[in-house]
Amino acid sequence: MPHPETWLRVTPDGLFCEPGGFFIDPVRPVARAVITHGHADHARPGHRAVLATPETLAIMRARMGEGAGATQQAMRHGEVLRQSDVAIRLVPAGHVLGSAQVVMEWRGSRAVVSGDYKRQRDATCLPFEVVPCDVFVTEATFALPVFRHPDPAHEVAKLLRSLALFPERTHVVGCYALGKCQRLITLIRAAGWDRPIHLHGAQQPLCRLYEELGVPLGELRPATVANKAELKGAIVLAPPSAIADRWARRLAEPVTALASGWMRVRQRARTRGVELPMVISDHADWDDLNRTIDEVGAPEVWVTHGRDDALVHALAGRGIRGRALHLVGLGEDEDEAVAEAPEGGAAA
Amino acid sequence: MSVPAFAELLERLVFTPGRNAKLALLRDWFATQPDPDRGVGLAALTEELVFTAAKPMLIRDLVAARTDPVLLALSHDYVGDLAETVALIWPERAGVNAPPPALSEVVEALEVTPKAELPALIAGWLDALDSGGRLALIKLITGGLRVGVSGRLARVALAEWSGKPVEEIEEIWHGVAPPYLPIFRWLEGEAEKPDPRDAPVFRPLMLAHPLEDRDLAALDPTAYRAEWKWDGIRVQLTAGPGGRRIWSRGGEDISGGFPEILEAMDFHAVLDGELLVIRDGAVAPFADLQQRLNRKLVGPKMLRDHPVGVRLYDLLFEEGEDLRPLPFDERRRRLEDWVARHAPARMDLSAMIAFASVAQLSEVRDGARAASIEGLMLKRADSPYLAGRVKGLWWKWKRDPLSIDAVLMYAQRGHGKRSSFYSDYTFGLWRPLEGGGEELVPVGKAYSGYTDEELGWLDRWIRNHTVSRFGPVREVEKSLVLEVIFDAAQLSGRHKSGVALRFPRIARIRTDKPASEADRLENLMAYVEAGPAAEG
Repeated sequence: MPHPETWLRVTPDGLFCEPGGFFIDPVRPVARAVITHGHADHARPGHRAVLATPETLAIMRARMGEGAGATQQAMRHGEVLRQSDVAIRLVPAGHVLGSAQVVMEWRGSRAVVSGDYKRQRDATCLPFEVVPCDVFVTEATFALPVFRHPDPAHEVAKLLRSLALFPERTHVVGCYALGKCQRLITLIRAAGWDRPIHLHGAQQPLCRLYEELGVPLGELRPATVANKAELKGAIVLAPPSAIADRWARRLAEPVTALASGWMRVRQRARTRGVELPMVISDHADWDDLNRTIDEVGAPEVWVTHGRDDALVHALAGRGIRGRALHLVGLGEDEDEAVAEAPEGGAAA
Repeated sequence: MSVPAFAELLERLVFTPGRNAKLALLRDWFATQPDPDRGVGLAALTEELVFTAAKPMLIRDLVAARTDPVLLALSHDYVGDLAETVALIWPERAGVNAPPPALSEVVEALEVTPKAELPALIAGWLDALDSGGRLALIKLITGGLRVGVSGRLARVALAEWSGKPVEEIEEIWHGVAPPYLPIFRWLEGEAEKPDPRDAPVFRPLMLAHPLEDRDLAALDPTAYRAEWKWDGIRVQLTAGPGGRRIWSRGGEDISGGFPEILEAMDFHAVLDGELLVIRDGAVAPFADLQQRLNRKLVGPKMLRDHPVGVRLYDLLFEEGEDLRPLPFDERRRRLEDWVARHAPARMDLSAMIAFASVAQLSEVRDGARAASIEGLMLKRADSPYLAGRVKGLWWKWKRDPLSIDAVLMYAQRGHGKRSSFYSDYTFGLWRPLEGGGEELVPVGKAYSGYTDEELGWLDRWIRNHTVSRFGPVREVEKSLVLEVIFDAAQLSGRHKSGVALRFPRIARIRTDKPASEADRLENLMAYVEAGPAAEG
């Protein structure tokens, strides 16, 4: 049985499956790409042929139009595709709508590239599925034992308590437009908030797409045309870069909140000037990373990006071989980059 | 549920910049929490509760026994703060059914538990809390909550919540110990106002209004008395059988920072005065006094190099007799007699300035150039000593500010309502470079003085003229001149320019002036008044 090292290689363009002749989440335009999910650091424009779930393809089309790939092939969960000798499956990753792990088998050896994933419940996408494998390729965004995401319902309850305490103030929550925003809406709805939720212009297209793809979000209104009085005591969702910038001046004495796994660390919240940190992440936390690795039972784990030092150390203690891939270009989506996100620039 | 509730309050306070929002959070705490926890929490916030039994080392040992050393080190390195690292990394044990402890339970147990049993006690609490609760607990027992709630702010919140005047609360505050049950009962209308008896309590200070031109025109010189307004910190000295205290203007107990004054308070009286660094009879600039502020303990070197004294303004109580209803002239006479009789060490009388007319007084004011003098105080001869700022009785008449034209160098965003505005400005002046040419050297930072329109204009200008960014700071093109006014310029070893400004603020935007014509550092140095330089 060939070791996956011999057929799944790290190249400057990203992970390359040699016998299948395709890349997974490549950072530069390639001939054949398999895309795990629609976040900009994984789904980049300009590939010739793209294979992904139908939802991911729809998201790519919405975000990049013609750049979403000259030919697009949709693959549903449960289908199997043979590319040369390689059997490919897409399995839910629980990260955002359409997100998938790429399961590849070649000559009896199986590798799983998980993309980004989480194990917490998310009403907007299918839950992560455990696939036993020989090599598990994982991210390590929150791979430090200080990162343990609380129950998101608890974080949303904080937001609603703050609204009760400051009923005249707009509560503006910074959240990434793809995935986090829609998950947050479902969490807020689940907590009993049935009033309209207002959106920054950048959040609207993907919310519409989610609804078209069958994720109900309740009444949404643009925040940019609303008058200030309407925004008193309202919840407004906006990109993280907009919550403390000029755009936010239209809001009524805003309380600035930010929904991100990084909000677990105070200094991160403080440097962003966040008043109400909400620890809500679409990535696996430390416990879930380790649990997932134990469940897939792979003797070897490759770490794409993030805190590979801590994760590889912890795996060694359990007799699992860890290998840091140092893939470039990943970790630029909201959760991973929120603390460094450039200010300004968010158009209304 | 009280440590978790306290933890949520702490978290909100830590991240909330606005005073009004902080007050709202505190009012909510008073209204919703049971006794004694609300009082315990209040005392913890204002740092009136201090624990010594549990040292940070104990916490470190507890966590080290439960975590992998490499992962702990990586985590500590990432998070920075040890208490926060411990709170976040603490392994949560499944099946811990113990309820989280009440705040009062924690405080009580810390006092009675033998030292050897503390680690197990604290570990048990940490097991029963979530990460926010753990952080609150660790900060509480090792000290250093630092949430930006002063005692004064807490008392204002109590006043707003209860509808009682803040002055009344302040008068009894220091006579009642945490958890302040008699105060809460009184504020809720269930008991009489507590009587502090002999306990040294803070009496709210009488404050002055700034004197405007129209007030000056209406001023009857015969009805007022004049004194220098010294640039130190206003203090109240309280001494008697119940103890000795030095209170700041806001009613904080700052006795610990000034042991030499406390030692000299061998009397039974309440006095109002100005705390100053005084060397050989001369008052040093404020920068010298600053070295002594916000210290819990002072070393012998500090005591020797920065000796403090109190210049006395007023006598509020003498041997238990309340003099506050008496007119100023009468209190002043009693003060002079009292000083003559007691001759307390490290204290002297604030001199009265004789004047016959407003014009003469104005000359006196303009003639005062010492950095340690802010201007004049005018007190109506018949004014009783009243809490707060009562219009028409006392006036402060500051010297005209000094002014320079400086070049904007860096800008930073403000906080709270100003968080989307570049509202903090670092400005500089030109100085010659070795080998010819000139460079700008920063001389100060200002974040007030402008109108809302000017702030909006400056914000736009800064965004359009940014040359680089360092985190929240933008460096701008060195082309905008700002007229900066300030109360005094003092030598400072801590500033690159060698000079520090007192109360700098933006007076005007000088779009009419090219940056090359802004002031030189030597123009500013000409304003520095004689006086010993601050060390540092």
